[in-house]
Amino acid sequence: MAKAVDRFKRTPIAVQDPEVRIHNFDEVCLGYTEEEAMAEAKRCLQCKNPLCRPGCPVSIDIPRFIKHIADGEFEEAAHVLAEYTALPAVCGRVCPQEDQCEKTCILGRKGEPVAIGKLERFAADWAREHGIKVGKTKPSNGHKVAIIGSGPAGITCAGELAKEGYDVTIFEALHEPGGVLVYGIPEFRLPKETVVKPEIENLKRLGVKIETNVIVGKTITIDQMFEEGFEAVFIGSGAGLPKFMGIPGENLNGVFSANEFLTRNNLMKAFREDYATPIKVGKRVAVVGGGNVAMDAARTAKRLGAEVHIVYRRTENELPARVEEVHHAKEEGIIFNMLTNPVEIIGNENGWVKAMKCVRMELGEPDASGRRRPIEIKGSEFEFEVDTVIMALGTSPNPLIASTTDGLETNNHQCIVVDEKGRTSREGVFAGGDIVTGSATVILAMGAGKQAAKGIDEYIKSKNK
Amino acid sequence: MQLYKIVRKEILAPNIFSMDILAPRVAASAQPGQFLIVIADEKGERVPLTICDYDKDEGTVQIVVQAMGSSTRRLAEFEAGDYLKDFVGPLGVPSKFVNEDIEELKKRRMLFVAGGVGTAPVYPQVKWLHDRGVKVDVIMGAKTKELVILEDKLRSVSGNLYVCTDDGSYGFHGMVTHYIEELIENQGKEYDECIAIGPMIMMKFVALTTKKYNIPTIVSLNPIMVDGTGMCGACRVTVGGETKFACVHGPEFDGHLVDFDEALKRQAQYKEEEIKKLEAYECKVEEAR
Repeated sequence: MAKAVDRFKRTPIAVQDPEVRIHNFDEVCLGYTEEEAMAEAKRCLQCKNPLCRPGCPVSIDIPRFIKHIADGEFEEAAHVLAEYTALPAVCGRVCPQEDQCEKTCILGRKGEPVAIGKLERFAADWAREHGIKVGKTKPSNGHKVAIIGSGPAGITCAGELAKEGYDVTIFEALHEPGGVLVYGIPEFRLPKETVVKPEIENLKRLGVKIETNVIVGKTITIDQMFEEGFEAVFIGSGAGLPKFMGIPGENLNGVFSANEFLTRNNLMKAFREDYATPIKVGKRVAVVGGGNVAMDAARTAKRLGAEVHIVYRRTENELPARVEEVHHAKEEGIIFNMLTNPVEIIGNENGWVKAMKCVRMELGEPDASGRRRPIEIKGSEFEFEVDTVIMALGTSPNPLIASTTDGLETNNHQCIVVDEKGRTSREGVFAGGDIVTGSATVILAMGAGKQAAKGIDEYIKSKNK
Repeated sequence: MQLYKIVRKEILAPNIFSMDILAPRVAASAQPGQFLIVIADEKGERVPLTICDYDKDEGTVQIVVQAMGSSTRRLAEFEAGDYLKDFVGPLGVPSKFVNEDIEELKKRRMLFVAGGVGTAPVYPQVKWLHDRGVKVDVIMGAKTKELVILEDKLRSVSGNLYVCTDDGSYGFHGMVTHYIEELIENQGKEYDECIAIGPMIMMKFVALTTKKYNIPTIVSLNPIMVDGTGMCGACRVTVGGETKFACVHGPEFDGHLVDFDEALKRQAQYKEEEIKKLEAYECKVEEAR
């Protein structure tokens, strides 16, 4: 039986060999076996006042679920997770644990923190594979709630309300539910059939209805939803609009937003010959940006057969991507060009990208974000030959809903303004996730969805007193 | 109620057909100038199409499709009674006139120019105006007589309707741009606004023509799109030196400000892939025989 020899060292986890995985879209991390999970769980010190828990945006009782794993009680572990999160199999895979729960794990002071994310994933996968049904619903209370968007915020809000007995309908703009879990995060990091779909099915099992192909603000408005009998509306429509740099040449053929590139590949399955949507990947690709989306785009381009460069204006220390993604990207042969910033994209006579003009950067004083500000080195311009440029610079909220709903306050970033209960300036309308914060993480959106569910429950109960 | 049922299908011309699709939410909210997206089946792509008509009572929306690429040819295989996998809309901003004062519109001398299947999205605009007592002139152009579509339908709501064919097999012999010149220079017509919808190249030349006469011109762009909701940015177009997303800022723009040369190049971005997909599609059809 696998055993933690050294309490300060993590139980290793199996991954697909980099040489093999750059030719497929199967999941990279293979997960713990039962023995490995128990060995890793036993490293947990079961702190009386756990430091990991306050680091979790949905406050999972981490020591409790880990204790069950250590004792071989995997089903119980899954039930503990279900009390706090609707998407443990997703969070275990995509949360930035090193900045959250694992960051404050006491073992991290002397060695490696407990692999909390990997254990969460193990428990969730085990429960799914063994057909364990988690989550119970109260009897129906007859109150209708509409949820806009079926991403992490919407799913969580819907799940929480369904459990409380609400009659919940999700309206999704795309043809598949899941939001960023489906269109954004690639298969090799988050398998769709085996992980995302069952989570959606679970939601339906709780009684949640999902209506796809409904664009709120176009197909129907929030006012019409109230007319249809919904008593409250939650907006979890995400931050969908891709940002560009505003440099010359950005509309040349061969320049894509990461959103376009990933949507073609993930949602539309362009990597599969038998699907109709095409995707373009050149021979030499530059992905501009350093976040998770940049890593996802880079690793996708690699799997489609290109030589791939990450171009980022700060250094590796400032990369906003999860450490694991950067590590995996490097293993896969992605080339990192740090302290480099594009200033122009150069086209050939037919309007296709042939090179990118860049400048070298150096780090100056810290800026508002606390990170050292990158400064251009004068006279350092150089041309970088590429035929594809993918811009992964973040996204901003889609203004569609705010612009078609009277009395909905937004800030100067087009984000919807809410209070601590998720309430917007419009009565009965709540919001959460990227539409409120601008692009953030899956788990923060889930936290906001959960918070808003509480707010909606209170609102409807007080109204019907 | 099962959605997206094809209630009627009609062949309008060789390779051009119309379908009435059951989609009550779209039918209830569609306005002139908007478009929608269709996915034929499980492995299909999201195809942006124009809205030709909508019937709020029946809950149906009419689309007109020219079967050219693999996806539109796949769509052409569907018959009345079949179901489409997905049907989403309406997308884009409605035509500007929808929010204008009707009395003002009645005074405005408007000329619509429709090219090929671009005739389909012109119809609901002209009809909307006609229903409110606004009479407009319409030029419709096609390559040849048998590709002239929706003529009677459009005539019933137009002030004057002029048909042009490139080969002279029907109506005026020549391009729509020649007929704009003909109307203005030889028939003493004057226009305050032109709205042109058709192939990108036609809209480019209509805009160049109307520029000569200083007639403000609106065009409806049909670039490559994936989601159609502003998420992917594939439909980027330069208008007056600024980048716009045709799906959410358009599809209608000031034709005198659109960078058509860039738009034409961008439209051909997936040509190679499309040819491959079409060849694969033809092989499949061949095997099935």
